[in-house]
Amino acid sequence: MVLSVEQFAASADAWFEKNTPRDLDFMLPLTFMEVGTDQQFEFLRNWQKRVYEAGFLGAAWPAEYGGGGLSQVHQDAATNAMKAHNAPIIFNTIGLGWAGPLILDRGSEDEKRRYIPGILNADDVWCQGFSEPDHGSDLGNAQMKAVRDGDHYVLDGSKIWTTHGHYAKYMILLARTNPAAPNKYLGLSFFLVPMNTPGISTRKIRKLTGENGFTQTFFDGAKIPVSCRVGEEGQGWQIAMQTLMYERNAKGGQAGGISISEIDPLRIIDLARSTKRGGRPAIEDPVVKDRLVNLIIDNQAFLMSAERAKLSPLNADCPQAIPLMSKLVRTEFIKDINEFAISLQGTKAGYYAGDPSAIDDGYWQRGYLNAFSATIGGGTSEIQRNIIGEHALGLPKSK
Amino acid sequence: MSNTNFGRMGMTEPQADILNSARRFCAEQSPMSRVRALMETPLGFDVDIWAQTGALGWLGIAIPEEYGGLGLSMTEVVPVAEQMGRTLMASPFAATTLAAQAILSCGTETQKKSILPQIAGGAAATLALYEDGGDWDLTAISARATRKTGGDGFTLTGEKYFASDLMAAKFVVLSAFLEGAPALFVIETAAIAQANIRREKICDETRRTYALNLSGINVTDAALMDCAKTPTALALIDMGGALLAAADMTGACQACIDSTAEYMKTRKQFGKYIGSFQGLKHPLVSAFVNYQNARSLLYAAAYSFDAGRSGEISVRMAKARAGDALSFAADRSIQFHGGFGFTWGCDAQLYRRRAMFQTAQFGDSRMQRQRLADLLL
Ligand SMILES: Cc1cc2nc3c(=O)[nH]c(=O)nc-3n(C[C@H](O)[C@H](O)[C@H](O)COP(=O)(O)OP(=O)(O)OC[C@H]3O[C@@H](n4cnc5c(N)ncnc54)[C@H](O)[C@@H]3O)c2cc1C
Repeated sequence: MVLSVEQFAASADAWFEKNTPRDLDFMLPLTFMEVGTDQQFEFLRNWQKRVYEAGFLGAAWPAEYGGGGLSQVHQDAATNAMKAHNAPIIFNTIGLGWAGPLILDRGSEDEKRRYIPGILNADDVWCQGFSEPDHGSDLGNAQMKAVRDGDHYVLDGSKIWTTHGHYAKYMILLARTNPAAPNKYLGLSFFLVPMNTPGISTRKIRKLTGENGFTQTFFDGAKIPVSCRVGEEGQGWQIAMQTLMYERNAKGGQAGGISISEIDPLRIIDLARSTKRGGRPAIEDPVVKDRLVNLIIDNQAFLMSAERAKLSPLNADCPQAIPLMSKLVRTEFIKDINEFAISLQGTKAGYYAGDPSAIDDGYWQRGYLNAFSATIGGGTSEIQRNIIGEHALGLPKSK
Repeated sequence: MSNTNFGRMGMTEPQADILNSARRFCAEQSPMSRVRALMETPLGFDVDIWAQTGALGWLGIAIPEEYGGLGLSMTEVVPVAEQMGRTLMASPFAATTLAAQAILSCGTETQKKSILPQIAGGAAATLALYEDGGDWDLTAISARATRKTGGDGFTLTGEKYFASDLMAAKFVVLSAFLEGAPALFVIETAAIAQANIRREKICDETRRTYALNLSGINVTDAALMDCAKTPTALALIDMGGALLAAADMTGACQACIDSTAEYMKTRKQFGKYIGSFQGLKHPLVSAFVNYQNARSLLYAAAYSFDAGRSGEISVRMAKARAGDALSFAADRSIQFHGGFGFTWGCDAQLYRRRAMFQTAQFGDSRMQRQRLADLLL
């Protein structure tokens, strides 16, 4: 029996009400890029498995590959329940939001059977090998080599800032197959790479929070079968852009789940009530009130924009505007709200996560530093502004 | 407006000399490699460099000659704090200087005679004033001192937080409520059991602060400072602390901007130096303008420190702008380093964490502006 959306939403609501973990004795990451300790990783892997097994992840993916076989509206209802209950993030983002939709979209039957179930149940963690030490924002210029040798490609070079690099079983990889292509984009190809291939190694990189979380990934003559390539040689850039569109939610097809925790503005109101400045609750300060109300408006505007994006008559003039801006807006907002929360804490603003006297266990201090993961990762805010300027406003490209 | 004196710009001759030698000393003694190495040590600073700081006479800059100092003032202390901030040098310098000022301001003659020469000669000292509420008001004290019945000394209860470099200090000045009024005591840290001290986990890992449990600490009559002068002393500590924090952050801001500009001149994307992108160039210039203004306000505050109302105004302006300037510059520095900016190995995070900690000491920018509103409007 197929549940109606209302029934499904109600059961999701009840499930997250009952099962969302509370009062953990360690801090959870707010985004998948923030996973910093094995403890967080193991917890989130287990959590994703439970959510999936309860039927609230991949609900709209085809049943034959482990999905729920329901509609996207069903999945959206489940995702909304996660938000409403402030549930932990679903961390296998590269698999669920990028690799999975791509494989479902254009993979072979065999690839769908091999990859999709493990993406959903978190047995297979995925990572993304796009950025290189010398090419980050200028991704189209990636130079890592994939040289065809019979029915294999030989990989040489290095990728960097690979989130979950040392946990991952598979990587989506962008590498150069034709250095002599007529332009930089046309020389790239796209691969699904098993991380246990001999010749692939990772080195952990310590993050500014002091934790680990991403790696530099080295390829030293690693041989992968030609069948690992997605699309044709030279289509790598086009496919990468397609995955970026899955990520930016401009196109449907993601498995659902939240990869960035919602910041509940009510939480910061509570903070402003409970902290004191000059012996009085911070919230009595008119300057604090003004900032607070502004942040609440920002948050509401973001939510309403996400809703407006679904109402096509209200987007006829510039349909890409909201999808293109949501990453920029949200990630900068999260940084702002953390920074403001720190400023409410008086001398205690100086504490960091781990001090017994820290307010909210140092959540805001750590959160502020972690917020840069998303203003830099996934395309920096500056690059987002360039894209919006060029694609939404039609401004000339800077040369 | 009746009184438009908000502090004046100026420089004394010894101040210029000290700036010169501090610039050289800090650059030589505190390269980033040493800052990084010291972060991993328990004490957090280098004892040899500390000994040299003492030998240079810098701990006695603002201590009168009769107590073994150089007989100058906080005006001349500022360049040292600024250059230490610029190189993120770990040092109990600021805490020691402030403790000496507290003793000078409300110590008994015996305390001054016995302790100040030791500080001027290189002994570290610190303050244990802040309490649990997060309040900057140094007179909002809940620690208690009670006279022991029929004997010498006091019993203390309560806890203090953010005592800088307490593990390195020979003396600590602490506050407690005594018979209905704030009182200051100065004691030797040798009298404190290790169990009373806990290292705090703070944003800035280049420095060390400690929580201090006062219970069970033995305090003699001789430790009590002059109660009549306590309010003046606390106000002086507040101003001196704000001044030195401003100096530290202004120095750090300069280095932060320099290192960011350096990166923007060497890192290329899209075949161009990233410094050529106006989306990066213009905010860095804003940071630079903020810094230049902050430094002007800092040196005006240094020059006007003793000038009563205008001194207070100038210090509060300097502290407000130094905190905002460093916070902004370091925030942009992380962002403009891209993926590298998100690493422990990138210095941008050190500057940002310095700002997070230091703005929250002696009143953050908003609090300074609120005080300024009372003074100016
Ligand atoms: C936490 C985190 C996780 C990440 N995870 C992954 C991952 O899993 N896989 C992966 O492949 N990558 C990952 N990245 C890398 C990320 O995508 C890159 O860091 C990002 O694209 C920037 O590239 P870069 O680091 O080379 O910085 P650069 O490109 O060198 O940028 C430096 C600065 O220059 C600015 N800039 C560059 N070009 C322009 C321009 N044209 N106009 C204006 N400003 C410009 C940037 O905005 C930035 O401020 C991650 C990054 C972070 C921080």
